[in-house]
Amino acid sequence: MYYNVFGEKISKRRFKEMCDAAKNRRELIAAGLTSRRDLVKMGLLTAGGMLVAKSGLSARAQSVTLSPNPNPTGPSIKTNQPPSSGSNTSPGTNQNCVPGNQLASPKTRPFIQPLPIIPIARTVPSLSPTPTEDPNLAAGEVRAAPHQAPQIDATRFPVVPGTLYQFTQKQFTTSFSPDLPNQVMWGFDDGTGTRSPGPTYKAFYGQPQLTRNINALPSITQSNNTGFGMASVTTHLHNAHNPSESDGNPCDFYPAGHFCDQYYPNVLAGFNSTNAPNGDINEALATLWYHDHRVDFTSQNTYKGLVGFYCLFNQLDTGDENTGFHLPSFPQFDIPLVFNDKVFDPNNGELVFDLFNLDGILGDKFLVNGVIQPFMVVSPRRYRFRLLDTGPSRFYEFFLTGNVGGTGSPTTNPFFLIGTDGNLIPVPVQVNSVRIGPAERVEVIIDFTNLAGQTLYLENRLNQLNGQGPVAVDSQLFPQNDPSNTECSVVLASNTPAVKPAGAGDLILQFQVTGPKVADHSLAPSKQKFYSLPSTTDTPRIVRTFKFDRLNGQWSVNGQFMDCNTFRFTVQQNSVERWLLTNLTGDWTHPVHIHLEEHQILSRNRSAPTVPADKGRKDVTQLHPNERVELFFRFRDWLGKYPIHCHNVVHEDHAMMALWHVEPTGDNVQVP
Amino acid sequence: MMNDISRRKFLSLTAAAPLAPLVAGPLAASVLENAAFGKSSTAPVAVTLSEKARQRIQQQHLPNIPLINHEGKQVLFYDDLIKNKAVTLNFFFTNCDEVCPLVTANLARVQKLLGNQVGRDIHMYSFTLKPEEDTVEAIRKYRQSYGAGPGWTFFTGKPADIETIRRAIGFSYPDPAVDKDKTQHIGNVRYGNEPLMLWSACPGMANAKWIAETFEWMVHPEQSRVQPS
Repeated sequence: MYYNVFGEKISKRRFKEMCDAAKNRRELIAAGLTSRRDLVKMGLLTAGGMLVAKSGLSARAQSVTLSPNPNPTGPSIKTNQPPSSGSNTSPGTNQNCVPGNQLASPKTRPFIQPLPIIPIARTVPSLSPTPTEDPNLAAGEVRAAPHQAPQIDATRFPVVPGTLYQFTQKQFTTSFSPDLPNQVMWGFDDGTGTRSPGPTYKAFYGQPQLTRNINALPSITQSNNTGFGMASVTTHLHNAHNPSESDGNPCDFYPAGHFCDQYYPNVLAGFNSTNAPNGDINEALATLWYHDHRVDFTSQNTYKGLVGFYCLFNQLDTGDENTGFHLPSFPQFDIPLVFNDKVFDPNNGELVFDLFNLDGILGDKFLVNGVIQPFMVVSPRRYRFRLLDTGPSRFYEFFLTGNVGGTGSPTTNPFFLIGTDGNLIPVPVQVNSVRIGPAERVEVIIDFTNLAGQTLYLENRLNQLNGQGPVAVDSQLFPQNDPSNTECSVVLASNTPAVKPAGAGDLILQFQVTGPKVADHSLAPSKQKFYSLPSTTDTPRIVRTFKFDRLNGQWSVNGQFMDCNTFRFTVQQNSVERWLLTNLTGDWTHPVHIHLEEHQILSRNRSAPTVPADKGRKDVTQLHPNERVELFFRFRDWLGKYPIHCHNVVHEDHAMMALWHVEPTGDNVQVP
Repeated sequence: MMNDISRRKFLSLTAAAPLAPLVAGPLAASVLENAAFGKSSTAPVAVTLSEKARQRIQQQHLPNIPLINHEGKQVLFYDDLIKNKAVTLNFFFTNCDEVCPLVTANLARVQKLLGNQVGRDIHMYSFTLKPEEDTVEAIRKYRQSYGAGPGWTFFTGKPADIETIRRAIGFSYPDPAVDKDKTQHIGNVRYGNEPLMLWSACPGMANAKWIAETFEWMVHPEQSRVQPS
C-alpha cells in the first residue's frame, strides 16, 4: 500500500511520481532554473513560492488519474490545500505543511488512542551519595559551580533539600501509533520506568528541591545510534528563576556515566533583592518545562524525546479547585499537553530527523504527549490545559473546532486564555484561538459544560510551509536593503500569516465530551483575577540591542555566532535593563528565549502590544520578520552564565545564540 | 536560459523522471521499489535500526559521486571522502571576495589549532561552487595561498555533481532566487562523524577556537565540558 501526504491510498505509480517530484524540484534548481521570476513566468512557481501542482513537480500534486483538487477557489497555494475535512474520511490527517518535498509519513489512523496523561514525577527519600554543595567530582558529578542557594541561606535552602528526585536519562522503546513500528527514543526515568515526555514535576514555591540528573544513555557507538541524537546532555529547566549552575547551560554537557545535581530553589524572583525575603508574588511561575540543551544538538535530542513538564504551584495557584484561585484541580482536570511534529520513513515507518537542515524542520505527524493524534474523553465541565510547543520549528494557531464532518460548516468555539509562557495573566481573556511558537506555553480554560455529547478538536489552522515560520512579508522591505534607513527601523508589510478555514487545518487532539457529569468547583474564568503585572517603569541601567540575522546562511546575533568560550556582555546583578530585539531577516520568525528572568514586551515596532498573549510575562518572544521588539528585564538574585537564543532549535543549533553572565558589576556594552 | 526551451518541452522532461538521479547509492532504487511500511520486506537479512539509519543518511545526503581534488586525483564523495571518517565540509570559489576569504582563512586557523589531528582523525574538505571556472590548478593555488596543511583537501568537479552535493548536505536557501546568487552562498561548515552518525554544522566565521573544539567533539564525543560559571 502507498499513501500520499493526505493519508489517501495511492497507486505505486503515483508513489514513484512523488519520489520523482521531490528530486525534480531539486534538479530544477540544480539545472540553473533558479530565478523565481523565470519560474513564475513559466507558470512553474506560484507567487507564493510554491511549485505548481504539475504532476511530477510537486510531491503533493495529485496524479492526473486522481480527482481534481476539491478546493479550486483557495488562495495561490491552493494546489497544496488538502481535501476539506467534511469530505475527508480521516479528519486530522490534513497535512498541508510537509516541508521541502520530503515524502509523506506513512498513514496513521487518527483518534484511536487515548491521550496519555503524563504521570507525576516520583520523589525519592534519599540519594546516594548524598548531594554536596561543591560538585562531587569523585562520584562522577559534573557541575559548573557550588550551589548558590545554600550560600545565601543554608537554613532555607539546605544542601540536601526536603524534596529529592533521581532522573535517569535512558533509551527506551515506545509506540506513537499502532500503525507505526515501535520507536527507539530517549526519555527520563524517575524510578518508575523511562518515558517521554518525562514525568511531570509537581513543585511548590517554598519547597526547594534537587534532582540528580543521571546520563545513562547508550554509549556513543555506531551500533547504538539510531540515526540522530547526541548522548551528551545538559537539561535546562525552561523559565525557572534558577542559579546558573543548575540552569542547564548549553555548554555544560556531560556524557553517559556522569550526573549533575540540579538545585531548584522554587523561589519567587526578587527574594534576595527587590522583594526580600519572599520575592514578588506577581512574578509567580506556573508552567515550566525541562529539555535537553546540548549545544549544536538540542534539536536532535529534544526530537528524540528529552522533554518534560514542571508545574509550579503556590498558595493561590494550588492545584485544588476548592482553594486559592479555584482553578481546575491538578491533575484530574488540569492537563499538561506537549505538542510536537515528526516525520517517519515512508518505507518502514521509522522516525526520521533531517540532520542536514539549516532552516527548521517540520513534521507531518502531530503528537500530543507522545502519541499521534490522540483522543481524550472529557466530562462536561471546565478544564485547564497547559499547551507546550516543543518544536523543532512549528508554530501553531489552535482553535477549538466542532461539528467536523457533520451537516453544515465546522464551528469555532471560544475559550479562555489564562496564561502565557506558563504565567497566569492578570485577567482571563476570551479568545477564538491562541498562537504558540517553539518553546512557548499557553494556558487555557475550556468549558465543556454545554458541549456534552459533542466531539471537538484542537485544530491548528496556521499555514506554515517551512522552517521560516508562519509569516510572509515582502522581502523588498528588508531594512538592510535600504541604505538610507540608518536607524534600521522596520517597515512592516503584510504581517498576517494565512489562517485556514475552520476544519481545513490539522485536527490534532480530539475531545469526546462523553465523560460522566462530575462536580465542578472551579471558578468561571470570566470572574477570575490573577496576579498584577510587575511595574515596567523603572529606568534601565542600560539599553542593549540584539540583531537577529542570517549572514550567508549563518544564523547570527549582532553579526556574531555562538561560542562556548566567549561571554558577550555582563549584566549587573539586581539591575534593570531594556533589550531591543531586531529581526533583520525579512522572512523568518525567530522565537527568542532568554534564560534566568522573565520579560515584558514594552513595544512591537514602537507600538504597545495588542495580542493578549503578548501582554503577559514572557520567556520567549516571537520576533516576526522585520520586527523590532522592546523588552523590560530585572535581573535578580543569582550570578553566573546564561544564554539568549532563538528557540527554533535548528537555528539555535546553528549558532543563533549568545552567552552572557550576571556579575556584581555590569558592563556598558550596548550592542553585545 | 528558460527562453530557449518551450514550457511544454520543459514540463515533459521534468514530469517523466528526475533530470539526474539525486541519489547514486546502490540502495536507492531498491528502497523505492520496496513495499511500503506494513508489508513484509523481501530483504533476506535483518538489518539493524542503526544500519538502516546509516544507509538512509548516506542515500539522502552523501551521494557517491566523482570529484577531482587539488592534486588532480579523482575520488568518490562517499566512498573515499566520508565513509568511516570524521569530516568537515564547506564551499568556496576562488574569485569570491565576500564570505569565502573569511571562512577559508578562519579554517586555516582552525587547522593550526587542531594540529596533527587533521588528516589523522579529522578530514577537512572544501568544494568549489564554481567548478566551471575553478580548475585543479586554480584550487591548488588557492589552497596554497591560505597555507592549508595536509589533511585539508580542496575539490572541483562537474558542475551538476557539485550542485548535487551542495543540495544533499542542505546548503541551500528556501528562496530559489537567493539560492542562485553565489555571493550569498551558505558560509556554514558541515561537520560529522559518519560511522557514529553525529552531524551538525557551525558558521564558518565563528571563533576558530570554538570551531576547533566542536570538531574535536565529533571525534571524542564522550567527554564532558563543564566549565566554571
